[in-house]
Amino acid sequence: MNDLTPEKKERSKLAKWSRRGFIGAGVLAGGGLLIGVGVRPGNPIGSLAPKVAGGAGEQLVNSWVKIDTDNIVTAIVPHCEMGQGAHSVLAQMLADELDAAWDNVRVMQAPADGSYIVSDTARMFAAPFTLNAADWLEPTWDGLFTQLGKSMDLLITGGSSSIRSTGQHQMRIAGAAARKMLVGAAADAWGVPASEIVTRDSMLSHAGTGNSAPYSEFASAAAEQPMDATPTLKKASEYRLMGKSKLRTDIPEKINGTAEFGIDAAPEGLELSYAAVIRPPVPGTVAESMDAARSKEMSGVLQILNMGNFVAVVADSYWQAQQAVGTIEITWSQSESPIKTMDDQFAAFEAAIDGGGEEAAARGDAGTAFENAPTKIEAEYRAPYLAHAPMEPLNCTASFADGKCNIWTSTQVPLMARSAVADAIGLSADDVIIHHPYLGGAFGRRLESEYVSMAARVAKATGYPVKLIWSREEDTQKAMYRCADMCRFQAGLDADGKLSSYHSIFTQRHDPAEACVPAMYDIPNTSVNVAEADLHLPFQAWRSVDHSQQGWFIESFIDEAASEAGADPLEYRLGMLKNAPRHTAVLNKIAEMSDWSGARAEGTAKGVAIVESFGTIVAEVIEVDMSSGKPKMLNCWAVCDAGYVMNPDGFRNQIEGGIVFGLTAAMYGELELVDGAVKQSNFHDYKMLRMNEVPNIEVALINSGDVPVGGAGEPGLPPAAPALTNAIFAATGERLRELPIAKRFI
Amino acid sequence: MASFTLNGQSVTVDADPAMPILWVVREKLGLPGTKFGCGIAQCGACTVHLDGDPVRSCSTPVSAAEGRDVTTIEGIAGPEGELTKIQQAWISEQVPQCGYCQSGQIMAATALLRDNPNPSDDDIDAAMSGNICRCGTYTRIRRAIKVAAGQEQPLSERLSGEA
Repeated sequence: MNDLTPEKKERSKLAKWSRRGFIGAGVLAGGGLLIGVGVRPGNPIGSLAPKVAGGAGEQLVNSWVKIDTDNIVTAIVPHCEMGQGAHSVLAQMLADELDAAWDNVRVMQAPADGSYIVSDTARMFAAPFTLNAADWLEPTWDGLFTQLGKSMDLLITGGSSSIRSTGQHQMRIAGAAARKMLVGAAADAWGVPASEIVTRDSMLSHAGTGNSAPYSEFASAAAEQPMDATPTLKKASEYRLMGKSKLRTDIPEKINGTAEFGIDAAPEGLELSYAAVIRPPVPGTVAESMDAARSKEMSGVLQILNMGNFVAVVADSYWQAQQAVGTIEITWSQSESPIKTMDDQFAAFEAAIDGGGEEAAARGDAGTAFENAPTKIEAEYRAPYLAHAPMEPLNCTASFADGKCNIWTSTQVPLMARSAVADAIGLSADDVIIHHPYLGGAFGRRLESEYVSMAARVAKATGYPVKLIWSREEDTQKAMYRCADMCRFQAGLDADGKLSSYHSIFTQRHDPAEACVPAMYDIPNTSVNVAEADLHLPFQAWRSVDHSQQGWFIESFIDEAASEAGADPLEYRLGMLKNAPRHTAVLNKIAEMSDWSGARAEGTAKGVAIVESFGTIVAEVIEVDMSSGKPKMLNCWAVCDAGYVMNPDGFRNQIEGGIVFGLTAAMYGELELVDGAVKQSNFHDYKMLRMNEVPNIEVALINSGDVPVGGAGEPGLPPAAPALTNAIFAATGERLRELPIAKRFI
Repeated sequence: MASFTLNGQSVTVDADPAMPILWVVREKLGLPGTKFGCGIAQCGACTVHLDGDPVRSCSTPVSAAEGRDVTTIEGIAGPEGELTKIQQAWISEQVPQCGYCQSGQIMAATALLRDNPNPSDDDIDAAMSGNICRCGTYTRIRRAIKVAAGQEQPLSERLSGEA
């Protein structure tokens, strides 16, 4: 029997990592100070200066702070900025521990270098099972995962992890250590006890002697100070920047056109050509032959390539390449997949589920309790494939010359991209240089690097420095996707209407492992089974991953149980949360905020859902007006408990975005298959919610404190779809067990 | 050859008359602030002003700009880079997430407020529904327009104790 609450163990374990680390420091040319934080105990970091100068040091350095001679503090951030605000908030966390003047803090994107592997993140992604390891294994795991992270290129931005892993376990330690060393250097110089020195706004001062100096004055002396592997971190009551809604540092350049995204790459000294591509319409097939007679004659066309798993036209401009590639007649190989339509895909799911699957988690004896239950309910839910559809189309600029390949691209995984390029064109990873500016959205799509490899191959094949851009149609139809799935439920209700038995079985389990388990509810007999089934379209983690479908499955079915019991859906949930005080507080607050018990206007109704994901508990209530026969979303309220929120406004912005992302999928998100190929192609038929359709959104935060910090990027999404479909049920009596809603109501 | 005024300066560029304005300004004139999103005038990321009116530059050939004024995101601030009310509100409301669509959003909102300095919610819906934001910043865009129009207080003044 597996424990139903894997995540609770994970959290207690993560908390312990915060003090395990080591510190290294070095002097920069010109006298600046550089501090690094590693996570491998016993591995001395030595001087970091050679590393910064580009030397081949062996130290493992995870996050850096740099103090320049002009008293500018630079946070060197290992995570990419894709809209989640991590650059800014990570700098905020470091600057707070350092007592730096916020106005003089800068953010630098760390280079794509193995030194910046974040072992916490590596561990979450590579081997979540080790999170339940015995305490005495911890030092071994930490060292191992730093190494493993390096070998697997796990410099990743995803999993709502930047703040809770890198921020909590690296940036804060770097800031606190730097502060302590500066204080030590000043104490030596002034001949006063370190304990009497006060730090504030990047200044050191000593009241007794009247001495004061900017940090920069002691930056190089500080590097000679002894290093403390476990500097004392601030208590929440001592925070000056953490917990504050500091303005994001990346926004000023995002409102005047100067922010550089991957697609904007214009490397100095390179005359770029442009590539448009056509990929196979059905996964796994290749271009067997092509007739490019027409495109050859078109203006600006330089080369036409059949690369096997894609066809490319290289031209003087992207528009010319795109015009030309559309005229090529390509003969694709036959697909061996038996799945040609979504009916085929769901039939495959159904067959797997009929087989019974394997136990993923269990408590008590759900089978017997179901047999004995006076009331039984059953339901089957279907979720479609979804595209990520980031606004910046997939693209990569590649230049191959003198045995080296330079890459400019938007990626969540710069080191994996580097290895992918090295493999694709036969270079060593050291000869691939990745430049990765801002990402125009990602949502999991840029965890894969096939578009990067494609550009490298075209650059090598043609000799041109080339900017390769996927059209929106390529991105919608030939990408990697949120999986479709089916989930079948059985539940028994006792004489009081309470759930005595709960069983679910589905086919797709990717990540996080606990997403399929309704662990917060105290249902005495629970069993969760997974029956693996093949996907026709390739899988790629999509914002909130398994929670995106499981949140909807579970919270819809719980609503069905409440309805069967004749209970208020919010009260019914509260009745099953006796052992979950944080969840209870979140639900109580949303009841108040949404005026849950108040009168409903004619034709309107409210629905509720609560999901814990990525360490954050989020409840949402959506108010919908069905009086026109179509759902009009009026209001969405959300209450979140992430333990402690580092930047409240930034956090709310992420939750708002997660809600819109979730509601977009619920209302419109669907990819259909025609003869094995995706039918939808662009925003006219793969629709997004627009300004006139989004509800008012209000987000409230609870800092319950004394628990590990939760994530922000993903947790807003999972409750959105069930809150909406539960609201539609409340308004119409019709239970939606298949998404999107547009299929039924629009 | 195409000749038009770009952000107040005359330009002449060697381009196929059918080439969309989007690719002319991005690739030939070195102004990458205008973004490619869909290529079929569905998402608004490529919005520029043509004689002051918002158009989807991915689907407007450069021949349509002949002799006319084209304004891109790079051209809306003052001569010394002074931010417009819309841009200021975009900062005060902390609108952008990834930021990729925001050039187009700001161009659409700028045209709206120029023609209608005191827009209603319906006016905002009508002017802004052609612009997709995949990060989902719509509620902040709406608020920023209202702040720029003087209808609402900036966020910083509403966040007591948080800033």
